Amino acid sequence: MGKIQLTAVRKSFGEVDVIPGIDLTIENGEFVVFVGPSGCGKSTLLRLIAGLEDTTSGVIDIDGKDATNLPPARRGLAMVFQSYALYPHMTVRKNIAFPLKMAGMDQAEQDKRVERAAKVLNLTSYLDRRPGQLSGGQRQRVAIGRAIVREPSAFLFDEPLSNLDAALRVGMRQEISELHQSLKTTMIYVTHDQVEAMTMADKIVVLNAGRIEQVGAPLELYNFPCNLFVAGFIGSPKMNLIEGAEAAKHKAHTIGIRPEHITVGDGPWEGVVGLSEHLGSDSFLKVSVEGIGTLTVRAPGEVHARHGDRVRLAPAGKIHRFDATGLAI
Amino acid sequence: MSTHSSRLAARLMVAPSVALLLIWMIVPLAMTLYYSFRFYRLLSPDRTGWVGFNNYLWFMNAPDFWLALFNTLTLVGGVLIITVILGTLIALLIDQPVKGQGLLRILIIAPFFVMPPVAASIWENLFMHPQNGLFSAVSRGFGAQPILFLEDYPMLSVIGIVSWEWLPFATLILLTALQSLSSEQLEAAEMDGASAFSRFRYIILPHMTRAITVVILIQTIFLLGIFGEIYTTTQGGPGSASTTLPYMIFKQAIVAKDIGRAAAGGIIAVILANIVAYFLMRGLGRNLDS
Amino acid sequence: MARAQSPRRRLITTLAAWAVALIIFFPVLWMILTSFKTEASAVAMPPQFLSADWTLENYAEVWARSDYPRFFWNSVVISIGSTLFGLAIAIPSAWAMAFVPGKKTKDLLMWMLSTKMMPAVAVMIPLYLLFQRLGLIDTKFGLVIALMLMNLPIIIWMLYTYFKEIPGEILEASRMDGATLWGEIIYVLTPMALPGIASTMLLNIILAWNEAFWTIVLTTTKAAPLSAFIASFSAPQGLFYAKLSAASAMAILPILILGWFSQKQLVRGLTFGAVK
Repeated sequence: MGKIQLTAVRKSFGEVDVIPGIDLTIENGEFVVFVGPSGCGKSTLLRLIAGLEDTTSGVIDIDGKDATNLPPARRGLAMVFQSYALYPHMTVRKNIAFPLKMAGMDQAEQDKRVERAAKVLNLTSYLDRRPGQLSGGQRQRVAIGRAIVREPSAFLFDEPLSNLDAALRVGMRQEISELHQSLKTTMIYVTHDQVEAMTMADKIVVLNAGRIEQVGAPLELYNFPCNLFVAGFIGSPKMNLIEGAEAAKHKAHTIGIRPEHITVGDGPWEGVVGLSEHLGSDSFLKVSVEGIGTLTVRAPGEVHARHGDRVRLAPAGKIHRFDATGLAI
Repeated sequence: MSTHSSRLAARLMVAPSVALLLIWMIVPLAMTLYYSFRFYRLLSPDRTGWVGFNNYLWFMNAPDFWLALFNTLTLVGGVLIITVILGTLIALLIDQPVKGQGLLRILIIAPFFVMPPVAASIWENLFMHPQNGLFSAVSRGFGAQPILFLEDYPMLSVIGIVSWEWLPFATLILLTALQSLSSEQLEAAEMDGASAFSRFRYIILPHMTRAITVVILIQTIFLLGIFGEIYTTTQGGPGSASTTLPYMIFKQAIVAKDIGRAAAGGIIAVILANIVAYFLMRGLGRNLDS
Repeated sequence: MARAQSPRRRLITTLAAWAVALIIFFPVLWMILTSFKTEASAVAMPPQFLSADWTLENYAEVWARSDYPRFFWNSVVISIGSTLFGLAIAIPSAWAMAFVPGKKTKDLLMWMLSTKMMPAVAVMIPLYLLFQRLGLIDTKFGLVIALMLMNLPIIIWMLYTYFKEIPGEILEASRMDGATLWGEIIYVLTPMALPGIASTMLLNIILAWNEAFWTIVLTTTKAAPLSAFIASFSAPQGLFYAKLSAASAMAILPILILGWFSQKQLVRGLTFGAVK
């Protein structure tokens, strides 16, 4: 249970087409991440699936049934919001039990499910506190707890980690992944952070201006971006994109080389190091190369290039080629 | 947040209050409009009929009319100026770290709880009365003649009384606004070399714009209809010196028992209120969007 | 704005603030003092502060001469009744305007507020006739309706601003959790907005309690509240200062005490939610 199919789904606010028309199938049990820059329509798409917004046209099928006009509560989905949206006047226990109470479940069953969820999420000792007394990470867990007790056919996450600090984010990322592995329920996760997308997803949907740019497994997108947008968006630091004579050598309008696919030492390109960041394990260098522009290079940690040094660079790995319209060749 | 069903539900939920307010506004207004074109005097019930704009013409040509109009605007404007300026000053004062702020607030808010007839009668009898009032005692203490407040300065006296009633409202709203100003902003301004006056002018005052807007908006709504204070104290006098538009209409209806002319006055007052409302909403509505 | 200040400056500001507060409060204080004086002492020149003859006689006489408990009860019923009635109509409306705003919502709110700008005197006669026709003159029910409608725009406005502060995501969460519209309002919105609703309620009880125009126009004896009661006492023109003061005190003290106890919520309410 938990297959979601979008057919020609369109959403416009007045004159503005936020989503001009999307077809997408999400298989049962998949962890799908919608990723894209802010304003690309990823949150709107999630809210359309949730039923919090009406579709202007198109069909949303959930588990083979047309859910386009169903109210949110009857779609069998659970959502975790960016702000967690916990009910501040209820204890953690009541928060988690709220969907069960709304479904009219009897008290004993409610308690059982809440206890079970609390145990999974390490919330047992906080059950009688209010959200205001919890840390950010704990609130996040409560929001997840409220979602899992309903045993929904799919979970929707709307940028759930963006309010957490960096260290907690990594921890919660793993917890959500583990949750997915143990529940095996469909999860749709919206983020603008491509690291989250890469680490968590079975399938990434890259969105831009309301359109799907590419759908695929993380490494597929990384290794075979189908256009310039995906090439530039996936991967950190960004892929180097080179136009002009150097690109023409490869019979392309633009070529892309990932920073880790450039070696320092010997090679055809010579440039001056502008910025160098030494992380210990890696060193990121910005090198300006005559006739090409500034290249970002990911070198091993032992490379000690400093500002102003002259270095020689060589491409070592896949060179992505794109035509004048930005499509991969 | 917006789906068809929730929008429909929303319309249904707004409907009762809109309908009620519409009835509450339209029905009396329509009746007033109707009477304003009729000959309708309680003292001569046999004579009836349409009189065209005569009631309006009479009302606008009445010797008191322009004075009443002027007095109405003076009252609203005077009270607004006094309460906003004094309210700002008092708010700035109480916002300092003073001892017993809680009790201070209780004392300052008190006039707001005093119903208008009581407020007016306290001031009229206990303070402004030429023989027994406290003010006359003070004057005599200095060897001066008591000031005849309600006789010699009727409008000023009424403005004073109404300002006292509304000062707590203005002060508390402005104080709340002041307290929400982050001290970091002021400290930054201080680091930038701004003097106390500049800090007030460029940091504090802009921060309070919204609050001042609310004060003006809400107070104007209540002040345009001020009636009880005048009725209790000066009865519009001496002569017509403190007659406002509402009071003039009241006199025409209750004393002269001329419903037709009073209704015409009522329509004029409604038009005036709408003009004021229009300018108020246009000028201030912007400040309310946040 | 708690900033370090010299003790001297602190003393001066404290003294100044207290002086201002006492001046503002003084008329009320003086009225209360006068209400405990004998009539002779009340009009004595020079005024007596501490040397007055103190007595409770005035209160006893006002109590005996008038039907205070009935006026009091009418005030309570009318102010609380009109407020609760108004809330029942305003809560759904404010919910709708705050969470499902349309293009016209702002205009609608402004229009509602502008209905309050209509001078009461202007529509006094038709309204009186209307109430007479409907048999509502001098009934508590009639006044409840009139004051409810009079304050409805303010109630809606205040609730709207409070509801606006509640994050929309929480309501969406409850919708995802299966709450119906009423479930959403009862379990989520109302408890979260409770402080705001309390402030709105308090302010409107006070406004209704102090309303002195419609209460006098639309009542004679049976349903007359304290504002009408006090109007009947302002006639003597300085002859019975002490009794007038006692009656005044009896009219305003219930609401003054309520206001003082609920000062915090009230100040919030007074700002119409428009000032944080």
